Amino acid sequence: MIPLEHYLYISAALFSLGVFGVLTRRNAVNVLMSIELIFNSANINLVAFSRFVEGALGGQVFALLVIVIAACEAAVALAIVMSLYRVMKNVNLDEAAELKG
Amino acid sequence: MSDAVQSLSRFLPELILMGALAVVIVADLLTQRRPLKNNTDLLNGITLVGLFGALVTSWQALGAVEAQSLFASMLADDGLLGVFRPIFCLTSIVVLLLSMRSKELEGVRLGEMLALLLTVTAALMWMAGSVNLVMIYLSLETVSVASYIMVGYLSSDRLSNEASLKYILFGAVSTGAMLFGLSLLYGMTGTLDLYGVRAALAEGAFGPGLLFVLILIAAGIGFKIAAAPFHFWCPDVYTGAPTPVTAFLSVGPKAAGFAILIRFFYLGLAEPAGGGAIVPVGGADWQMLLMMLAVITMTLGNVAALLQTNVKRLLAYSSIAHAGTMLMAACVLSVDGVQAIAAYLAIYLFMNLGAFAVVILAHRVTGSFEIDSYAGFWKRSPLLTVAMGIFLFSLMGIPPFAGFLAKWYVFAAVINAGLGWLAVIGVLNAAVAAFYYVKILRVMVIDQETGPTPALAFSRLDLGLLVLLVVPNVLGLLFWGSLDRVTEYSQTLLDLG
Repeated sequence: MIPLEHYLYISAALFSLGVFGVLTRRNAVNVLMSIELIFNSANINLVAFSRFVEGALGGQVFALLVIVIAACEAAVALAIVMSLYRVMKNVNLDEAAELKG
Repeated sequence: MSDAVQSLSRFLPELILMGALAVVIVADLLTQRRPLKNNTDLLNGITLVGLFGALVTSWQALGAVEAQSLFASMLADDGLLGVFRPIFCLTSIVVLLLSMRSKELEGVRLGEMLALLLTVTAALMWMAGSVNLVMIYLSLETVSVASYIMVGYLSSDRLSNEASLKYILFGAVSTGAMLFGLSLLYGMTGTLDLYGVRAALAEGAFGPGLLFVLILIAAGIGFKIAAAPFHFWCPDVYTGAPTPVTAFLSVGPKAAGFAILIRFFYLGLAEPAGGGAIVPVGGADWQMLLMMLAVITMTLGNVAALLQTNVKRLLAYSSIAHAGTMLMAACVLSVDGVQAIAAYLAIYLFMNLGAFAVVILAHRVTGSFEIDSYAGFWKRSPLLTVAMGIFLFSLMGIPPFAGFLAKWYVFAAVINAGLGWLAVIGVLNAAVAAFYYVKILRVMVIDQETGPTPALAFSRLDLGLLVLLVVPNVLGLLFWGSLDRVTEYSQTLLDLG
């Protein structure tokens, strides 16, 4: 059986990749994809812990709820990106910088 | 099953809000072809009735019943939730009144906005009550997602859209980090229940690992209360959002963020030590973490506010500074700190929303949010200037205004806990804050406006709104006794103190 540590390595790597993507990408859609990586790294943790900790099924329920919330958030975020595209004609975060000071 | 039925009877304010939400959505659909004014009036009326019903029922429930856990230990209905519920309802009522007078929202269909306002108000109550990691995350995200849409409500306005995008990107990353932290905490303790977490942490020392987890979780909570270094979204979002939404964000989610902070740290990561005091468990010094956050947040908020020329941006940084002041009270490690936060929020609600009310009324005539556009207001409208003066002096914490009382609670709690150095930093910060608040007043009273200066006319609703917000600020000290009595309920956290 695959030991717990391996799941944790993968989730830590995914989390770091997600944070890296958020910090370096300039396209709003790419940033949203990186955010999905962060959410899913937490999901891997939750399900793995739930499998290895005795009598702790809550983690799997939590993971299901996280998937639902992530979908809602992606829907809202994409709608906002669309709406911004209509006024700005692109989705580059460097150019969405009228609010400053 | 009986647990759910029994829980529902103590869930009345939330149920009323949900009912009003359903009615608003249906009524909006039915009146979509009517003239805009009829549609807006009807929906505003329904929302106001719903919020008022929730306010009355939550006021009646306050302190009347024993603390108890609801819905299979998902929520705790205790004094803390009891005190926060009326705060949320009052905030939403004032914000609703503000949105009726906002020039930015004129000519816009408000159906979805009001539905979102009701949703967020109910979700804020869930936030303040949650004692389970799932519920904490779920309620926090409900508030977040709904407020992203509210910020971007003016879909043809570039600034509103940009603010909304920044908000959702920052929000998703911070709550993502928080979620990762929660998943690790679940792995460490094997349970999602806050009381279970406490029991598991009490059995061993987790040290640096736990501290890392707590920093991740603090990112999510810090984002909600706009604490530095998780505050970057705050000035931009406050500037770009429609002003009533800004006013709402500066009070509602901030208050709920503090409720969750108290629940998480005081219930999940500490054990009662008798006499209302608590001691941290698990071998992570989270008191130090909160103290660092408080000092950074206060100082950064106040110093950055000095440089602002846009009044919404200035109030954004001022709200960051106020979050820092309240964070000081969270470092106290006793129920005194909880009461200080509740009292501070109850007063902050009136002073901050008051300042935003003046900003909205001024925007109606000047069409601008720049501080310079307030020149000559003393001549144009002494009434508005005096009202702004009262709100700003209250925000400064100068007696006899209510803001002084708020500051007094926090500093008394901090000094009683033996954190004198923290109180000194807080007082220095309050002194810095006076500069930028007085700057606004100086422009209003001393600077002369170039060009024509017609006197400003206000409707009866404007005057009523100003009176509603001014009175608590002026008479705050008279109601000290009742404020003390009411906020004392917040000390009875379920299973603590």
